[in-house]
Amino acid sequence: MEEKNVTNEYTPVIGLEIHVQLKTKSKMFCDSPNNPDETVPNTNICEVCTAQPGTLPVANKEAVRLGTMLGLALNCKIANNCKFDRKSYFYPDLPKGYQISQYDKPIAEHGYLDINVDGVVKRVRIRRAHLEEDAGKNIHPEGLGYSLVDYNRAGCPLIEIVTEPDITSAKEARIFLEELRNIVRYIGAGSADMEKGTMRLEPNISVRKPGQQELPNYKVEVKNINSFKFAESAIEYEIARHIEMLKEGQTPKQVTMGWNEKASQTVEQRSKEEANDYRYFPDPDLPVLKLSDEFISNLQSALPELPAAKRLRFEEEYGLPDEDIQNLVNWKELTEYFEEVVSEIQAWIKAEHTNEDELKLVKMAANWCLQDFSALLNAAKINPSESRITQENFAELLKHIADGKISVTAGKKVFSEMFEHGGEPDHIIEDLGLTQISDTSEIESAIDNVIKSNEKAVLDYKAGQQKSFGFLVGMAMKELKGKGNPQLVNEILKKKLE
Amino acid sequence: MELAYLEISELAEKLRKKEISSVELTKYFLERVKKYGTENELNAFLTITEKEALLQAEEADRILSKDPNASVLTGIPYAAKDLFSTKGIRTTASSKILDQFVPVFDSTVISKLNSEKSVLLGKTNLDEFAHGSSTETSAYGPSKNPWDTTRIPGGSSGGSAAAVAAGLVPFALATETGGSIRLPASLCGVCGWKPTYGRVSRYGVIAMTSSNDSPGTIARSVKDLAYTAEILSGHDAKDSTTSVKDIPNYAANLRSDLKGVKIGVPKEYFVSGMQPEVETKIHEAIEKLKELGAEIIEVSLPLTKYGSLVYAIVTPAEISSNLARFDGIRYGHRSKDAKELLDIYAKSREEGFGDEAKRRIMTGTYALSAGYYDAYYLKAQKVRRLLVNEFNDVFEKVDALVCASVPNVAQKIGTAKDNPLFGYIADQLNIPASMAGLPALSIPCGFAKTEDDTSVEMPVGLQIIGPQWGEQNIFNIGHAYQTITDWHKKYPKGFGE
Repeated sequence: MEEKNVTNEYTPVIGLEIHVQLKTKSKMFCDSPNNPDETVPNTNICEVCTAQPGTLPVANKEAVRLGTMLGLALNCKIANNCKFDRKSYFYPDLPKGYQISQYDKPIAEHGYLDINVDGVVKRVRIRRAHLEEDAGKNIHPEGLGYSLVDYNRAGCPLIEIVTEPDITSAKEARIFLEELRNIVRYIGAGSADMEKGTMRLEPNISVRKPGQQELPNYKVEVKNINSFKFAESAIEYEIARHIEMLKEGQTPKQVTMGWNEKASQTVEQRSKEEANDYRYFPDPDLPVLKLSDEFISNLQSALPELPAAKRLRFEEEYGLPDEDIQNLVNWKELTEYFEEVVSEIQAWIKAEHTNEDELKLVKMAANWCLQDFSALLNAAKINPSESRITQENFAELLKHIADGKISVTAGKKVFSEMFEHGGEPDHIIEDLGLTQISDTSEIESAIDNVIKSNEKAVLDYKAGQQKSFGFLVGMAMKELKGKGNPQLVNEILKKKLE
Repeated sequence: MELAYLEISELAEKLRKKEISSVELTKYFLERVKKYGTENELNAFLTITEKEALLQAEEADRILSKDPNASVLTGIPYAAKDLFSTKGIRTTASSKILDQFVPVFDSTVISKLNSEKSVLLGKTNLDEFAHGSSTETSAYGPSKNPWDTTRIPGGSSGGSAAAVAAGLVPFALATETGGSIRLPASLCGVCGWKPTYGRVSRYGVIAMTSSNDSPGTIARSVKDLAYTAEILSGHDAKDSTTSVKDIPNYAANLRSDLKGVKIGVPKEYFVSGMQPEVETKIHEAIEKLKELGAEIIEVSLPLTKYGSLVYAIVTPAEISSNLARFDGIRYGHRSKDAKELLDIYAKSREEGFGDEAKRRIMTGTYALSAGYYDAYYLKAQKVRRLLVNEFNDVFEKVDALVCASVPNVAQKIGTAKDNPLFGYIADQLNIPASMAGLPALSIPCGFAKTEDDTSVEMPVGLQIIGPQWGEQNIFNIGHAYQTITDWHKKYPKGFGE
């Protein structure tokens, strides 16, 4: 017990550096296409991004706009004057021998992002966010004794977000990343997909000894993390490793580690002591980037509703359960779709002046979105907007289920049909003959037949055998070809047997 | 008829009057290039583009036959310093590292001349990557001064200046960073225009000092420079440092008198070590300007002496970065001995770069290193700002400044050897305007005896410096001067005609 308490008093100190590839048509400083999905090497290249002698960079306005939006979404101060600098080092995937980045005057600084950790709001401060260009990719064909370089990615626009070391657990780091991903997607700045490399994480991890106030005198950077799961695992692994070393009286080395997916552990890549001198200096090819207050305030007002605000609204307006809210908001396109279905529902209620319970329908919509719809979309690997079900038809189907026109089971059939082939629910219900029988006289005559031809079961029931009631319901439903309204069948049968 | 030493406007007139075709003109100048411009002669040309030139000349003749309003430059042959990227045409920057390099795109100024159907005859020699003041750092040996082939033509645009001086082309593209147009123009007795920084696109000009590099022209008269300036100037979407300012009709606006024009003579530009005879020629030229009606005012630019010091830091710093791309990976020389990645870098660069490039890479890398950046590069940039302010103040009082382009006339080839500071001394009158991004001209204003041999006289250049975007001011002064003098009409003996 005591051992565990000591361990718990060690506090992880974690800062994140996150690269997000911005979704622009062309690269950061030239006209070549910015397409992370391109698979044929060296097709999205030109004289500029391969650094042919005499070429010059021109900053991509759309990248500047998206960078500003993201900075604003992260509550940063946007610089009226920022500049680009050259960061020098030699590597084959870096065509100019320097990367154009932003050194001492980044586009955004001093922001924060509030995340929700188990119902508690935690503020993570953002130190800065800066624009830069990506490098290409070195490829080492196995056993061939040479390497190749693909410059498709060279010059693609990136924004690097650097947090203060405010994060204290792997879980917080993951929640921060998910929230950042959501924000990037909501403002349309990128796909922020870790598996595809359009969002890349380099956490800096250290652990404070019990009672220690100041920051630790070392930190370990971890690279090569390409999923949220690995991010969490890698950070947990490092924390455990550091605590173990500290308990033995050692200080972990200041190194860069790489996450080894197969071994589920980190492996030392290179020692930080041999860090490069990048010889930063302002890029003379690019004038100071001037962003007017008007430009900034226009973008501020153009910011869409961000995930946090949306979650709050879903809770207040619809009373959805936390987990549903989180799951909806984590899928931007599904949330948009859901809200459009809700609009259809509201419009219908208003037009028909019905007594329909709006909240009940909204909750149904959320459930259907998160369950059947998500399952079908995931299986088909498509987004809601690509499905054949229109928001209007989606809402109409829910209405029929709520009205009892069809059963939930029949509703699922109609839903799959709509997903496969499109079409309106009314037609499908009719074509498949799924309309529920709610006509009491029809149900009564079916039950009369069942009672007549199942004397034994009726007697057993009257003798107290509840099981027989179920049998009789089943027989009645069979008589009604499965379309009887189960509630009515139950009620009428019970009455007749009294 | 002597065509070799005619001005662009005179040749354009002959083309229009159908006295000669562009193809004939092209063949005529190509013959001269092949006879006098090659390695064993002036060594002004590194590559001759005969085939492309003849095709372009045919194209020009078609335009000239159809369009009476074709530009003055249509069908006119020219040469380009081998620092301008030319699509499909070898471009070396006079460096072994680019010995067989063939670019995939045209620099913006080459594209502009292509659309005018001017005819490129070839690429001219320069100091390696424009690092020098004599063409002696060229991997292909120095060019020679047509006035005395034992002497340097100046640099770095020495091949272009020598080619124009010897009548091998009517004009040539050149570039300046710290005197590389004015210096060779002065030493070769021709006219050179260094534009305001940002007036002419740098796109496709192999970078030396990105914050200074200014592509310009060398020609036989100020009027010719004005014609080329109208075509070459302007905003380029591919160069963020170019200006959107309107381009005046420089040539049409030229005046032949200088009434009401105020010309400053900065006393700091009459430096110690200046040849007295050069100084005399400058004072004679100033007298001529007075005759033309100009008001001459003595002014002071006390920060002048810091110009070269700022240059000595900023230039190598930017060079060290700009030359990083020559790494043997994608193009250019790759060492045959390289076995692994570090070898490719170290050996390719060791074998490919000459001494001066290496010297500047090392100096610049040092100046940008952690802990030194603030002390050197950043401080130099602050001093540079002060130089700009000082010029701005003086241009409140005068329309232009005049002084010598170079304190001395052309020295013997070999003088610069083993003297890495040679360029800085020769350029000291050019560098302040370069660091401030100002436009300037060098135009011939007489001859002076050489320091080493009093029996030899070499050209002297008058420098005219204008305020930012003040091209018209300096063209006006230079042109007015040339209406009452004929120094620009002189040409060296020994090149036919």
